[in-house]
Amino acid sequence: MWLLDAALAIAMPILAWRVLTVTDLFKAVVLFIATGLLIALGYARLQAPDVALAEAAIGAALTGALFLDLLGSIGPRLEAERDSSSSPDGSVPDHRGTEPHWATPLRLLLGLLIAGLGGVLAWALVTLPAPRGEIARQVEAAMPESGVSHAVTAVLLNFRAYDTLLEIGVLVLAAVAVWSLRLDPTAPGAGAVAEDEPVLVHAAAILIPCMVMVAGYLLWAGAHRPGGAFQAGAVLAAAVELLLLTGLVRAHTLPPAGLGALLMLGFAVFLAVAGGVMATGAPLLTYPAGWEYELILLIETSLTLSIGVILAALFAGALPPRSVSHDTTNEGR
Amino acid sequence: MTLADLASTALVLGGSFFFLAGTVGLLRFPDVYCRLHALCKADNLGLGLIVLGLAVAAPGPMAAAKLILIWVLVLLASGLSAYLVARAAWERGVRASRGEG
Repeated sequence: MWLLDAALAIAMPILAWRVLTVTDLFKAVVLFIATGLLIALGYARLQAPDVALAEAAIGAALTGALFLDLLGSIGPRLEAERDSSSSPDGSVPDHRGTEPHWATPLRLLLGLLIAGLGGVLAWALVTLPAPRGEIARQVEAAMPESGVSHAVTAVLLNFRAYDTLLEIGVLVLAAVAVWSLRLDPTAPGAGAVAEDEPVLVHAAAILIPCMVMVAGYLLWAGAHRPGGAFQAGAVLAAAVELLLLTGLVRAHTLPPAGLGALLMLGFAVFLAVAGGVMATGAPLLTYPAGWEYELILLIETSLTLSIGVILAALFAGALPPRSVSHDTTNEGR
Repeated sequence: MTLADLASTALVLGGSFFFLAGTVGLLRFPDVYCRLHALCKADNLGLGLIVLGLAVAAPGPMAAAKLILIWVLVLLASGLSAYLVARAAWERGVRASRGEG
């Protein structure tokens, strides 16, 4: 097994270096996805399957797909710029001749500082006392009153639910920030780029129900094995993105109020449960005894729906317009 | 080593061989269509053998069924991706290379 670990440990920095230094953006995105996959494998080898699932789904797949979407939108413009300003063999022009003379010493200084910081961090890591497993023992001892049988879910949604509440708040803010950019959903490369692809449309008709089922399974299984709301939400977001890409659902026909409600649903339900228990005099986020599992399931379901909408919103890039002049079937204004 | 362990190891090794062959094809074939052949066929066969090997060693029939479901979904997705890549290449004017002998 150490052979696999050594291969991963060697391959990851090499791939990450290649992502940064390769000049073709498409190759960089593909290498990025491959690096994310290796990182997910690394997490799996570190016995952290929940993180591995989340890294593979969100870090590698969804972020990689976002980058590919971006390349599709701006690719033609980049190509035109490169063709007009590059040497005949297509390489990126070298700007080094026009830099100020203090640029290279500055780079050296920054490199030394960063290497020094890296050395200090490595030394700190090596001289850390070995973990004594106290926290793991405390979690194990408290599992029976957590309502679920998987330790990671218990920590995320019961013992440290405050952190998860704030995480979902950050996600909602991110989606609102992206939407407030008012990107044009009809720009080339965005929207239903694959709607005239019959094989994809028919395959999507088979795959999307499968994806919804897998998302539901991941959500349900989170209570007693690796899974949970974030992973299920990522799969759901991928299904929504497939719907948008193939034109099976058009983004500008979706009701913006309904989308906004789904966006807020996870955070709202979580906050309601967190604050609602305070009405009985208990501190924030203390689930009433005997109701932990039901409340966790309710929160996780709302979170899954919200995370799916949030991650898909990052793709769509824009809230559907309130009224579409040429489309008279818009509802929910 | 029981018979199941032996069969599992043999199947996984066979799957790894096909993956290796697919990777060699990816690196050595002259144009995108041949490389798609290597990826789609050799890699999926390799994955099928590995899945079979793992299913034999799985802790129960449900785990084995999940593994086989994963293989079927990967088949569907990779066939779809191969078709889409080939069509995109065709529409951009990439044509099959004619080898020299």
